[in-house]
Amino acid sequence: MTDQTDSDYQIETDTDYEVGQDNVQMLGLDIHNPVFMISGLTIIAFVMVTLMFQAGATEFFGWLRPFLTSTFDWFFLLSANIFVLFSIMLMVSPLGKVRLGGADAKPEYSYLGWFAMLFAAGMGIGLMFFGVSEPISHFSSSLGGTVVEAGARTDWAPLGGAAGDIEAARNLGMAATIFHWSLHPWSIYAVVALALAFFAYNYNLPLTLRSAFYPIFGDRVWGWTGHIIDTLAVFATLFGLATSLGFGTEQTLAGLNYLFGVPTGNVSRVVLISVITAMALISVLRGLDGGVKVLSEINIALAALLLVFIVVIGPTMDIFNTMIAGGAAYVKDLLPLSNPFGREDANFSQGWTSFYWAWWISWSPFVGMFIARVSRGRTVREFLFCVIVIPTLVSVVWMAAFGGTAIEQVAADPEAGVKSAALPLKLFEMLKDLPLAWLTSFLGIILVVVFFVTSSDSGSLVIDTITAGGKTDAPVAQRVFWCVFEGLVAATLLLVGGSQALTALQAMAVSTGFPFTIVLLVMCVSIFMGLLKASRA
Amino acid sequence: MYKNIMVPIDLVHKDHLDKAIGTAVDIAKLYGATITFVAVTATPPSKVAHNPEEFARVLEEYTAGQRTKHEIDIAAKALVSHDPAVDLDETLNKEIHALGADLVIMASHIPHFREYVFASNAGFLAGHTDVSVMVVR
Repeated sequence: MTDQTDSDYQIETDTDYEVGQDNVQMLGLDIHNPVFMISGLTIIAFVMVTLMFQAGATEFFGWLRPFLTSTFDWFFLLSANIFVLFSIMLMVSPLGKVRLGGADAKPEYSYLGWFAMLFAAGMGIGLMFFGVSEPISHFSSSLGGTVVEAGARTDWAPLGGAAGDIEAARNLGMAATIFHWSLHPWSIYAVVALALAFFAYNYNLPLTLRSAFYPIFGDRVWGWTGHIIDTLAVFATLFGLATSLGFGTEQTLAGLNYLFGVPTGNVSRVVLISVITAMALISVLRGLDGGVKVLSEINIALAALLLVFIVVIGPTMDIFNTMIAGGAAYVKDLLPLSNPFGREDANFSQGWTSFYWAWWISWSPFVGMFIARVSRGRTVREFLFCVIVIPTLVSVVWMAAFGGTAIEQVAADPEAGVKSAALPLKLFEMLKDLPLAWLTSFLGIILVVVFFVTSSDSGSLVIDTITAGGKTDAPVAQRVFWCVFEGLVAATLLLVGGSQALTALQAMAVSTGFPFTIVLLVMCVSIFMGLLKASRA
Repeated sequence: MYKNIMVPIDLVHKDHLDKAIGTAVDIAKLYGATITFVAVTATPPSKVAHNPEEFARVLEEYTAGQRTKHEIDIAAKALVSHDPAVDLDETLNKEIHALGADLVIMASHIPHFREYVFASNAGFLAGHTDVSVMVVR
């Protein structure tokens, strides 16, 4: 590479590492040696071992994930709080004025296109499934109050619950749901995304996870330290995506079966995975602008349509009340909900919060990398505001509309279908009680599928960049490989091992949240050191 | 015959461009045409440059060297694409029309098996643009 720039907020490093320096070119590919091979082979090995020793794998990962989220619940909760405080500190401090890419860099995407992409990659699909089910779960458990057996609470209510008080249970349920979908998860994403964007655009290092550790490890990040970090990221991303694709297939099929009587056998599974993978392939081949961005915008438009429909046709006043009261309850309960120590609501704080934080953290390399890719030209303040505050507000509105409507249905009729339905069907049961249910349910299924396609294509883009040593212009065949590979892993797991194998590997993907939490904490130090240096440049 | 020749430049493979550039220079001198070097980059750091501004400088330096070597005026234009692995062909195609080029002279590798599935950049342009394209092996 040639001389580095010295414009404002740009840092000249001592490294002479070139992007793609360790890559090998063969068969028309341009891949990082050894990250590509290690990642690919380890993933195949894990799938094979899980399928060959299914009972053992299910037992082991079934133990590992709850062990981590229960034993280290304080660590997950404390760390997530640190990420929120760290992000807010950067947003309000003078460091927030640093512009990603240097003082003269211009944003590449409009606010709308940018926001659509980061939102679709970050949560999208989860909002479809949990928007209805989670508020009802917390509402019902809160309403049930606390149950103590042998000196320990056995209920799942958040905090102290709200026994018998519908209004208080609704507010607590909404507060707990919003808590899991707003400031904390988006701060987790923001830390990773900011680290990646800042060290790529201001330190001019390769756009890959290892670069974020350059200020701490120096040139060692180009060796095995970096190989391990990048391989872990590929691992978490591919298993996260493949297992979600597998579960998403089950859930979409359940919806199609419920609506149109589509059979749910293996043929349907393979067809659906193939259709989603084929759509993702088309998107991948159309690139960032023609594929991912267009799909994300379609997603946001359809999601907005569904949201507006529910707000207008559903119990409008109740939704607004839920929004205001739920939002206020979230602010009021934020401190007790995020308290890492001395919690009495162990089932909730370990089974829900700690699990969620591990989940978001395991997804953060993927989402963070993708957000970083499209964020050059934003100031740190603008970046953090848009990545944390706006999605938080959208989550509040979304949860109030979907969850508020569902809670209203359950409050009016404790035997309402939405309460007893299986998780993938709760959304459709909620919509069934509103006018034009066939249309909104169909829209719901389309949204689920398109959200999956968006996750799959942006995921392939991210994995390809990491396994190409930070090269964003590696041959397209490599993205095609990762996209198809992800579909194959999902199909193999589902067909050979069924949901149990999926659960086992998903538990493992979530378990990577633990080492990544440490990685993220170190990233915060790295970002702070880097920003301090850049703000003086 | 030709007034405006565009030469797409891959700065990663600078040492493979001599023949294409030599051809462009000869034709430009023969017909009194202008030459423009066009190169495309993404925003993240690459092997060639750390950022788009530096990329433009690298292209300009390279072009300056070619001007001196061939004793002919050559313009340089650096373009930014969000995803060059996919958008490169379309970006070049748009630039052909933006520049009003009537001839594209482009270096290209010898086709392998991969080109049956994914067209080379020169192959795509030759197949899809409406101006003359000369592919130099």
